[in-house]
Amino acid sequence: MTTTEAAISGEVTRRAATRRVAPRRAPGPAGARWRQRLEIAFFVTPALALMALFVVWPVVSAVRMSFYHWKGFGPMDELVGWRNYDYVLHDDVFRGAVTHNFVIVFASILIQLPLGLAVALLLNRRIRGRGLLRTIVFVPYVVAEVIAGVVWYQLLQPESGVIDGLIRSVGLTPPEQGFLGTPSLALGTVFVVLTWKYLGLAILLFLAGLQGVPDELFEAAQLDGASWWQVQRRIAVPLLGPTIRTWCFLSMIGSLQLFDMVWILTGGGPADATTTMATYLVNQGTGRHNYGIAGAASVVLFVIGFLMALIYQVFVLRRDTHEAR
Amino acid sequence: MRSKTRSAALALLCVGSLALATACGSDDDSSEGDGGSTTITWWHNSNNDPGKSYYEQVAADFEADHPGVKIEISAMAHEDMVDKLDAAFQSGDMPDIYMERGGGEMADHVDAGLVRDLSDDASEEIGKIGGSVAGWQLDGKTYALPFSLGVVGVWYNTDLFKQAGITDTPTTMDEWYDDIAKLEDADITPISVGAGDKWPAAHYWYYTALRSCPEDVLKDAVTSLDFSDPCFVQAGDVLEDLLATDPFNAGFLTTKAQEGATSASGLLATGKVAMELQGHWEPGVMQGLTDDGKGLGDKTGWFPFPAVDGGAGDPADALGGGDAWAVSEDAPDEAVDFVKYLLSDEVQKGFAENDMGLPTNPAASGSVKDPALAQLLQVRDDAPYVQLYFDTAFGTSIGGAMNDEIALLFAGKASPQDVVDATQEAADAEK
Repeated sequence: MTTTEAAISGEVTRRAATRRVAPRRAPGPAGARWRQRLEIAFFVTPALALMALFVVWPVVSAVRMSFYHWKGFGPMDELVGWRNYDYVLHDDVFRGAVTHNFVIVFASILIQLPLGLAVALLLNRRIRGRGLLRTIVFVPYVVAEVIAGVVWYQLLQPESGVIDGLIRSVGLTPPEQGFLGTPSLALGTVFVVLTWKYLGLAILLFLAGLQGVPDELFEAAQLDGASWWQVQRRIAVPLLGPTIRTWCFLSMIGSLQLFDMVWILTGGGPADATTTMATYLVNQGTGRHNYGIAGAASVVLFVIGFLMALIYQVFVLRRDTHEAR
Repeated sequence: MRSKTRSAALALLCVGSLALATACGSDDDSSEGDGGSTTITWWHNSNNDPGKSYYEQVAADFEADHPGVKIEISAMAHEDMVDKLDAAFQSGDMPDIYMERGGGEMADHVDAGLVRDLSDDASEEIGKIGGSVAGWQLDGKTYALPFSLGVVGVWYNTDLFKQAGITDTPTTMDEWYDDIAKLEDADITPISVGAGDKWPAAHYWYYTALRSCPEDVLKDAVTSLDFSDPCFVQAGDVLEDLLATDPFNAGFLTTKAQEGATSASGLLATGKVAMELQGHWEPGVMQGLTDDGKGLGDKTGWFPFPAVDGGAGDPADALGGGDAWAVSEDAPDEAVDFVKYLLSDEVQKGFAENDMGLPTNPAASGSVKDPALAQLLQVRDDAPYVQLYFDTAFGTSIGGAMNDEIALLFAGKASPQDVVDATQEAADAEK
């Protein structure tokens, strides 16, 4: 800190000095400019090096891999052009995986958003045990994904599982093959578990957003005779807009990259009913050693995610970033 | 002057941070020692006693006989070892001695120039092991020495069979269906299968194919990758008949093979189901899944997969596979000597006495103590032909496609023809 400060103060006095001598030459001598560039390089290089190593290089090698037929060892020398992409894009399993990802994306926004908002608005009221309730709601999000997955996997076991027992105890018949073992129910079951897990994050974000709404606004509205409902609808929710839009973005990206919960609960089964793009590429890559196909699938996942992020940025988030400026 | 030192320091820092980032990748080659001593790295999956200590003893004995040789052992859980081996194959930074499962998997490693040819160096041991070594041979050359070779069969609970009034184990599919019906009448779930992991489900298809296809068609398919013989579709038809009896545990499509009490092996070990089709490792797996560490104990029974009516395969043929010691291409010569020592009468006898597997050296056959394993050894040695697990034989790419499609057949989402088509498609992509 002291070196930086000294450097900056030195810079300032030197600039002042040069300006006195030659006031018209704005940027100062070439040496100072170079020093400034070096300083920028000094602070940016470590971050750039890490980013190049852990972000850019993997992306580049995945793209490269996607054009080869490669088993994961030995020389990567069998160039196959677009064959891997052709395979991935025509593979029913991959198409199913993309569909499942988008089902989760839209279901999250349609179900988790209203639910999260409702709970956040309720928890924003002055009620007894509010702190405790907030903690309880947030706990699933803090639990490690794998642990939560294993717990739900056991709860959802057919016959021996707790949930089947509960359903039986009220006189209903649980599905014969269990919730996770029945292809038509599996994706819905996974989504319920995901909602349980991630609703806490939505609520936390919305609550934080609500803290940012000045109390005066609520008071003023109440003085004008607005009901609780009207206050929420006309003031709280609109002012939460930027938070909601940011949450939707996070949720969308998370849904596209969905892997761990599905992997633990179903492994993509039964009968490929819950495959996601990420489970598909792990199955093809580390499972079958088709690293070229896995590479192509990962590039497709990257492109889809990138496009969605871009579109969202341009059409939805632009308002928020604009306002911030 | 001040600015000069500063930029010099800056440059150093930039270079330093980059060097740090790349330095993580390199690692010293462990096989090169100094002063005439040699270090051999050895990876194996006997990470529990008695196997773990036994192997430590074996390594110590070898070191005592070979001054200057040091053996560095890494005993890992099987799944960890497979993952680490994958990474080792990719980076080329391989252990000197490791496990190969043979077939197409090994062929890929050989093609990539990662495995040392042992044909000449270990010719004596290869002769002793005999026919079992075939799964690790390629174009007449031997690349690994199998030390344990087992067969897949039906493990069952003798108590539950008695309860259902079953006196004899089934020898034909029809008898098996009768037994399944008897068990269901007695309110016992007949069979568990870990179809969530796919390969346990695939073993059923492998066996119906083995019973339906003549030996030469199977042998031919491994090399020609041609699955057009109608017996492969017939294999799926037989399997559909079995599935029609609805013999499996509830939720079998997502049941895991051997993790926890709710897995297929866990269900058999805890007496929840009567049977499971599994490999020779099953008693050991079940022991790990019960609190008392005994598994099914003396209730453990075993019978071979029943014969298929009108099938061209010999009912005495078995599906199996095993593990072999392979030496990586750039390993020191002492590693080969150690592998030969591992296959010696003495070490294989100890291996058998500790119930670590089914030894391949005939001198050790009599040393197997566990009665179930001894029975399996008999079946294996009497089998006219032992078919290596198809997924291993065909390699991960074809095998994976095959297993996935068989799992779909279990879910009723694929036909017997689909299984053949998906396998053929994956095979064509490899040609």
